[in-house]
Amino acid sequence: MNTTRDLQRLSAATALCLVFLSAPLAARADGAKKPAPTNPVWQEECGGCHVAYPPRFLPAESWKSMMGSLDRHFGTDASLDARAAATIEAFLVQNAKRSKTGQKADGSILRITETKWFRSEHDEISAAKWKSPAVGSAANCAACHPNAEKGSFRERDIKVP
Amino acid sequence: MKRTANIGALAAMLLAGSLAQAADPLAAISTAARTDKAFSGFSAERGAALWERKGKDWSCSTCHTTDPRQAGRHTVTGKVIKPMAPASNPARFTDSAKVEKWFKRNCRDVFNRECTAQEKGDVITWLRSIKP
Ligand code: HEC
Ligand code: HEC
Ligand code: HEC
Repeated sequence: MNTTRDLQRLSAATALCLVFLSAPLAARADGAKKPAPTNPVWQEECGGCHVAYPPRFLPAESWKSMMGSLDRHFGTDASLDARAAATIEAFLVQNAKRSKTGQKADGSILRITETKWFRSEHDEISAAKWKSPAVGSAANCAACHPNAEKGSFRERDIKVP
Repeated sequence: MKRTANIGALAAMLLAGSLAQAADPLAAISTAARTDKAFSGFSAERGAALWERKGKDWSCSTCHTTDPRQAGRHTVTGKVIKPMAPASNPARFTDSAKVEKWFKRNCRDVFNRECTAQEKGDVITWLRSIKP
């Protein structure tokens, strides 16, 4: 009997169960009908230093360039082993923001908080508010979106500190 | 239905068992440290000193606090980080891959280089020695 193999299969099965269990729990994307897509490797590896930012907020081109430079990730080292990185990149690209015009997006924008969409959605928030101790950084979504961890940014949950 | 639940429970138990039996991350680190002839054991005191040593901009305590029994906070993103002392958070230092991954990243961020096996062992020894 090959125990390592069996164990691998077992953990794969467990991971799969987790996906099915967590999918319905994951809250809906801002008004979207379907539950927010999720993946256990992404949640674990991209949710350690900040909330795991949902893939739908950036185009595939941006995710690809980000995944190619994780050792220099916004001033920190977020390097990953190649296998986890490949799994995560596939998940991000598959669920990325789609271009409405079919045009290739500009992959040089790596921050959600620097996209046009983000700025116009948040244009009533003052510069002082972004820098206040309770928020600290616009990237700290959870400061105002208490369910960001679960992928939900619904308007009725918003609580600006 | 009941049967499926039982199999699920069994699978969960087996998985938990295999995790519990995983080797202590400190064992691999001390094997690596022993390749240095000058090695004479780990020191909680040196580990505590390393924790406070400032590198480029940060020290370990910048994100993990000076009292590792308390929860910390990521200095850039503001995300809460669970306590580092196993006395408050028994999940710490139970998974070698996780331990190595974070030592590598955080030592590079703080000291601009990776930590040695001696340093990693000192830090773990210190954190494990902290009483609740
Ligand atoms: C070692 C810590 C760490 C890990 C692990 C990490 N990040 Fe980050 N990430 C950061 C920091 C620090 C910032 C900058 C936050 C700020 O400026 O407030 C950041 C910012 C970001 C931003 C931009 C947020 C904005 O301003 O719009 C994205 C997107 C992002 N990370 C994605 C990821 C993805 C995808 C992963 C997993 C592959 C990941 N991160 C893993 C530390 C990390
Ligand atoms: C300082 C508080 C604050 C922070 C931090 C913040 N937001 Fe928001 N966000 C708001 C407010 C307020 C609105 C409502 C704007 C409106 O409807 O006029 C909003 C709206 C949104 C919406 C639209 C919700 C809807 O249902 O219409 C999304 C999506 C969103 N934010 C995503 C994010 C993401 C992603 C981040 C982190 C990268 C983030 N926000 C960080 C305050 C914040
Ligand atoms: C910029 C913030 C930051 C700094 C500075 C930092 N860490 Fe961390 N560290 C984290 C985050 C985020 C995690 C992962 C979250 C978690 O495990 O709760 C982590 C996890 C760890 C782990 C994983 C432990 C385990 O078994 O779960 C170790 C080991 C570690 N850090 C050691 C260090 C050491 C040593 C230093 C100083 C050289 C340091 N860290 C400095 C943010 C930081």
